[in-house]
Amino acid sequence: MSTHKETFHRKLEGAWILFSVLTLLSILVGTVIEIAPMFLVKSNIPTISTVKPLTPLELAGRDIYQREGCVNCHSQMVRPFRDELERYGEYGKPGESVYDHPFLWGSKRTGPDLSRVGGKYPNLWHVRHMENPRSTSPRSLMPNYYWLLEYDLNLSSLSAHLSGLRTLGVPYSDREVSNAVSLAKEQAKVIADDVAANGGPKGLANKEIVAVVAYLQRLGKDLKATPTASVSGSTNNGGS
Amino acid sequence: MQAQETPNESVTVAEGSASGQYTGRTVSFSYDDQIVRYFLWATAIWGVVGMLVGVIIALQMPLYQANLGPYLTFGRLRPLHTNAVIFAFGGNGIFAAIYYSTQRLCKARMFSDMLSKIQFWGWQLIIVSAAITLPLGLTTSKEYAELEWPIDIAITVVWVIFAINFFGTLATRREKHMYVALWFYIATIITVAVLHLGNSMALPVGIFKSYSLYAGVQDALIQWWYGHNAVAFFLTTPFLGLMYYFMPKAAERPVFSYRLSIIHFWTLVFIYIWAGPHHLNYTAVPEWAATLGMTFSVMLWMPSWGGMINGLFTLRGAWHKLRDSVVLKMYVLGITFYGMSTFEGPMLSVKSVNALAHYTDWIIGHVHAGALGWNGFMIFGMIYWLLPRLWKTEIWSQKLATTHFWIGTIGMLLYVFAMYASGVTQGLMWRAFDETGRLMYPDFMETVVQIVPMYWARFIGGTLYLTGAILMLVNMFMTVRSAPKELPDTEVTLAVAS
Repeated sequence: MSTHKETFHRKLEGAWILFSVLTLLSILVGTVIEIAPMFLVKSNIPTISTVKPLTPLELAGRDIYQREGCVNCHSQMVRPFRDELERYGEYGKPGESVYDHPFLWGSKRTGPDLSRVGGKYPNLWHVRHMENPRSTSPRSLMPNYYWLLEYDLNLSSLSAHLSGLRTLGVPYSDREVSNAVSLAKEQAKVIADDVAANGGPKGLANKEIVAVVAYLQRLGKDLKATPTASVSGSTNNGGS
Repeated sequence: MQAQETPNESVTVAEGSASGQYTGRTVSFSYDDQIVRYFLWATAIWGVVGMLVGVIIALQMPLYQANLGPYLTFGRLRPLHTNAVIFAFGGNGIFAAIYYSTQRLCKARMFSDMLSKIQFWGWQLIIVSAAITLPLGLTTSKEYAELEWPIDIAITVVWVIFAINFFGTLATRREKHMYVALWFYIATIITVAVLHLGNSMALPVGIFKSYSLYAGVQDALIQWWYGHNAVAFFLTTPFLGLMYYFMPKAAERPVFSYRLSIIHFWTLVFIYIWAGPHHLNYTAVPEWAATLGMTFSVMLWMPSWGGMINGLFTLRGAWHKLRDSVVLKMYVLGITFYGMSTFEGPMLSVKSVNALAHYTDWIIGHVHAGALGWNGFMIFGMIYWLLPRLWKTEIWSQKLATTHFWIGTIGMLLYVFAMYASGVTQGLMWRAFDETGRLMYPDFMETVVQIVPMYWARFIGGTLYLTGAILMLVNMFMTVRSAPKELPDTEVTLAVAS
């Protein structure tokens, strides 16, 4: 419009390529300054020697945890406040989730945080709770996840999942990748036997629920583990 | 003197005209209005669908029996709701706005009708695939980026097509200067591409299963760099562009300040991208990053309010028009809620406030003040403004439109205040200690039971808002029914300068 003086910006408005390039540069400044150090500076994410990759069965459980969208209601990140330490336990450390592709910290706590739930309840408690949350936690709002006790655990792609994660830098051994299924079945049997021995449903060893229980029982366990020289990912075989 | 900036489509002279050297020749072309009509239908229909899913998951909170497993549980439907309202309702809405206004601001037809059509149908296909895969439990677990890798690739392709079509139109425009709305569209298209590519990097381990390339802290940081800037560059910048085009049109007044639009555009674009880590206050993300995110979030308050001021003050001397115009009512409400939520956002990012609000329903309330108030009503206003213009007929019922405004407003307020009450209540209960220094409510369930009434109130509020959107769909259907059979594209003839 003729009322405008030909200022620098007025000229810029006539140059769509330059305008677009400047816009791109504007958004890249903050992007690079905030993200690059997280990849380049090691001290930003101190590692913890006792933190090991999930076992094959626990990983299968995590896949189901993802599938069901548990992260939409449960966080896995305790903040360093007195009330949270009291309620849940140790606050979340950067080194704890170095193998978490993706991270599952969550952003909402409709239900309680789960990052310290491992070992808090017996296996049977989790089975009952997933089947009907109100049987263990009266007045709970959580849906029944009864199908986890009915659906067969599909392990056909488990080796591919482990090997994919290994590509991304999770230190799985050849043995774990190639024997993923038999390792998973071994651990599943331990959990299923424990559930049955305590008066719970029998024959769960090949059901999805054992994987979910294995995963939940692992959460937070690594922080409490004593450092060993072992390189095996299996620091925990069957939870409580 | 303040230069007057207005989206002007009645000018019939081409560039260089200021010198007044006409050749006597003219150039004629038409705008592609049909594609805008398509996008408007998609907006209205997906809007109702997305909000309906929202109402269903709102019901699932106080009433667990409303979870119909395994496919229709809260955990699987929540991502469907967010994806539907953001990318289906919001996405089609901004595409309609961009396709309508860009052609007029550039005095050119869209670069390629074919690309327009591919973008339209491609985007609808992506939405349908989201509606199928998310209930099936196929998800990356990354908020607002849950869709698995094959769909992510499709999104990339469609977005590139969109970019070619848009920048192609800019390149062939007949108006020398790009009006402010176009700046915001440029920022949207470029940044969303960068965000989507950066955050969706994943290693496929199956046809519908992948693992994020990043882990833990790095993944969290990149996710919220993406997540917060999805708010910034999908739900803010294109809507500001929409505001800059349609608000002056509806008010028949030029934009308040050209200078302010320059300042707030560049500061907004530069500062917004830093704000992501405020989603990770007090988590395992290094403190320097969270503090940086918080600082820039507080700074963001100013450019945000620059936009609000420019929008609202466009009505200076014309506030009386509000009485008779449902479009202006909606815009004023929308821009006001933009201002409210862009004040609330910086406040929530301050660590001490965030300590109370994070993980609670306060955040859900905050998001919906922006989504229902700002995004929803800006789109509704645009639809009511475009209906008579694109279908060459009167709106079927002004009364129904006004009813939509009021029912939507009441529903939104009920929703937002219910969530504030719920969030503050639960946040305070979580941290309460008794006089002996022990947790006052050690059983988490006590803090849940307390907020169930608020969940019911939110359900009612959401239902009212959905009802408003359904009224609009009915109004739209009836209006289109009375449209003339032939709806030719808008013809434009410009004089060619020497």
